[in-house]
Amino acid sequence: MTTRIERPLSPHLQTYRVTLTMALSIIHRATGIALYFGTLLLAWWLIAAASGPTAYAHVQAFTSSLIGKLILFGYTWALLHHLVSGIRYFFWDLGYGFKANEREALTWGALIAGIALTVLVWIIAYAIGAGR
Amino acid sequence: MVEFALPKNSKISGGKTWPKPSGATETREFRVYRWNPDDGKNPSVDTYYVDVNDCGPMVLDGLIWIKNHIDPTLTFRRSCREGVCGSCAMNIDGQNTLACTKSMHDVGAGGAVKVNPLPHQPVVKDLVPDLTNFYAQYASVEPWLQTTTPTPQKEWKQSHQDREKLDGLYECILCACCSTSCPSYWWNSDRFLGPAALLQANRWVTDSRDEATGERLDNLEDPFRLYRCHTIMNCAKACPKGLNPSKAIAELKMKLVERQI
Repeated sequence: MTTRIERPLSPHLQTYRVTLTMALSIIHRATGIALYFGTLLLAWWLIAAASGPTAYAHVQAFTSSLIGKLILFGYTWALLHHLVSGIRYFFWDLGYGFKANEREALTWGALIAGIALTVLVWIIAYAIGAGR
Repeated sequence: MVEFALPKNSKISGGKTWPKPSGATETREFRVYRWNPDDGKNPSVDTYYVDVNDCGPMVLDGLIWIKNHIDPTLTFRRSCREGVCGSCAMNIDGQNTLACTKSMHDVGAGGAVKVNPLPHQPVVKDLVPDLTNFYAQYASVEPWLQTTTPTPQKEWKQSHQDREKLDGLYECILCACCSTSCPSYWWNSDRFLGPAALLQANRWVTDSRDEATGERLDNLEDPFRLYRCHTIMNCAKACPKGLNPSKAIAELKMKLVERQI
């Protein structure tokens, strides 16, 4: 009897060319994870608001700093992208949009809409004076 | 289990560059995954030069040319050479497809034609993956007509409309391009059935003559077997027959919901 051969595993991520829908699936998962941290941020803000002016001022100082703004911007995008991308999954779960051109269009649509909505939210936020 | 890196024994190292064929005016570079079970070494990637004026246009023609003219030890599966049998499924230029229907002039943008075995499978030798698990999963969906009513005198009848419902499902040649393109299948092939087996499951659930629909759906109602599909759509993009396993899976998910209402 021959000894059992230990077979190698053929390359997968190392060789597979990234497809659009594959990349957006990863981004959907990543933004979903990012939302956990965003929720912590939101909780921090609410708890600070309930605790009093000093605690609240700390949060305000953080969120109006450059890094704070970048994190908030990222959180806004993660939230809106995950929302729009999630609606795309609803379409698919209902059995629509499976043709090659449809699924690519839906996926591009989610990516573009997520970014556009994020920018829109920030423009509105600055317009009503929240940036100060 | 999700493991992004290859295990130690699977890492690709080195490889031989074979001399260009003498007298060839135009050559095409092929970079082919090699692994020999007999020499105890890690896999490697060999570089070959194919004389395109002495060779057919498809990637499979190139591989056969290499085997005939340069290196007879190069191992791969092939049979019909016209996209019917599914034997020569492999990863070409980063995408799973059939070597016999993929033109070498359509890949690699004039650079090297990169050929690997179907992804995330145990390798038997070179481009030959071990598909035992894949076939076992196909068998697990019991791909045959199941009935409880007495067998009719002649055939099981089906209307033209009901027959049409099988279009896009029955054409599958079980080449495994779709299943091995699916990241969910890479990480969970021990429990997730994968696009090919699920497309076949839907083929039998859809068949108007089959009377085991309930049992078939019961078998799929499982967090892993069916629901590991996250609509990544690599399967539909890879299918060399233009079928859509992701749509078939969505239909199965809908049928599971519908029967509860």
